[in-house]
Amino acid sequence: MIRFEHVFKRYPERGEALSDLNFEIDAGEMTFLTGHSGAGKSTLLRLIGLLERPSRGQVIVNGRNLAALPRRKIPYHRREVGMIFQDHRLLPDRSVFDNVALPLVVAGLGHKEIGRRVRAALDQVGLLPRERATPVALSGGEQQRVGIARAVVGRPPVVLADEPTGNLDPDLSREIFGLFERFHQVGVTLLIATHDLGLVMSMPYRTLTLTEGRLANDSGAW
Amino acid sequence: MSRHKARRRRSPNLLDLPGLWLNHHLQSAIATLGRLMRTPLPTWMTIAVIGISLALPAALYVVTENLRTMAGGWDQAAAISLFLRHEIDDAAAARIAEELRSRPELAQVHLISREQALNEFRALGGFEEALSQLQSNPLPAVLALYPDGAHSTAARLEALQTELLTLPEVDFARMDTLWVQRFQAILDLAQRAVLLLGALLGVGVLLIVGNTIRLEILNRRIEIEIMELVGATGGFIRRPFLYAGAWYGLLGALTAWLLVSISVLLLQQPVSRLATLYRSEFPLSGLGPLAMLVVLLGSVLFSLIGSWIAVNRHLRDAGPA
Repeated sequence: MIRFEHVFKRYPERGEALSDLNFEIDAGEMTFLTGHSGAGKSTLLRLIGLLERPSRGQVIVNGRNLAALPRRKIPYHRREVGMIFQDHRLLPDRSVFDNVALPLVVAGLGHKEIGRRVRAALDQVGLLPRERATPVALSGGEQQRVGIARAVVGRPPVVLADEPTGNLDPDLSREIFGLFERFHQVGVTLLIATHDLGLVMSMPYRTLTLTEGRLANDSGAW
Repeated sequence: MSRHKARRRRSPNLLDLPGLWLNHHLQSAIATLGRLMRTPLPTWMTIAVIGISLALPAALYVVTENLRTMAGGWDQAAAISLFLRHEIDDAAAARIAEELRSRPELAQVHLISREQALNEFRALGGFEEALSQLQSNPLPAVLALYPDGAHSTAARLEALQTELLTLPEVDFARMDTLWVQRFQAILDLAQRAVLLLGALLGVGVLLIVGNTIRLEILNRRIEIEIMELVGATGGFIRRPFLYAGAWYGLLGALTAWLLVSISVLLLQQPVSRLATLYRSEFPLSGLGPLAMLVVLLGSVLFSLIGSWIAVNRHLRDAGPA
């Protein structure tokens, strides 16, 4: 589902962020990505979501070589990759419902279908009663769950999460990871960047460890 | 290409596509209007600026059009006064008048006999005594030539004047409407100026809308970024800004029309009073439907171009290089 072949990413101001990354994640696999801050976790995820392009090497997602993807097709690629951020990236002036609906609205779905799918996604993350609220009225954990609902509402085959529990206490973190496991059970390919090693260790999933832009350890598939 | 494919993916029935497309645009247009109205003050300020910019050339156009209508009334005056030689008597004058009546460019030929001319002159007063001293009538017979509206261009009237001067019976031919034509030439010039001013202020509208849209894009940077993250196409992101531009242009043009109409209404009474003093009637006309259409289309077009430029300048950097 996700394959990296000799991927390098160099920033002119920061030097090499990723060097010679090679790995493959199968469809339906749930994988953790760990490493110190600055190890390149975010950069790796950004390459998969095509927020950035690698300096060298190939990234293949869902059978599609991203290097060959023209700019105007990027939006269609992003609809197949749900992204979750540490800072949630929600629209503060829109309701929870509207925030979650955004991927469906931009994809041009009809009103009824949007309503149905948004409520299903909100139900999955346990926020159905809060659909009218604005994100500022929600707690950090709830905001993150809105972000997760938005990432999965379009039913993308791949979901990426960048430090989804970075600002949450352990109980809430466990709750969020529980949600990820549920998506994993229905066949979504998940790649979760986190430095919450305790949680990672407690769960039986493959872990990729980055050190200074290199793949230091791959626990392999479980 | 890709956009079409995407639409096809969404819609199972190809026959629904035009309706779906139209529906989507209609929704987008209405949603954009709703968004503009949620911030009424800045929106109406922008619209007012556009309206005033457009009202200026539109009002000048209305003024020149009204002056033209007024000048049109002066065509009723004789175009050429033909002074016959002294020795031509009234019978001969009548014969010449009859000949001239057959000419297509003349609608009417009015003969003022020597006797009539003398009476008219007397009636003016003050000359009574001087005239009574004279042995004979010093005034010649005069033919007042009224042009036919369709044939009376300045050039043709001038040609007619030259031709009439060669007649042996004619002493002198005076173009009476020359000044009317000069006035009309001035009006033509003024209308050209209106056009120029309109184009200039149209560019002004373009810049106003362009700048407004630019600020709007900057204000909504975060929203745009998030929409890009969840897979919005460039077209989807641009569309509301382009619609906003079109709305500004449309509402601005309507404001301009309102301003001009109110001005015409306010001026109607004083103009009527003035016309009464000249024993005439003069109904002011406002912006006609055709002129209104030009203002409307021009405004929407310039606004769209303005927002298009802003959108292309500021939304180009979506996604990785």
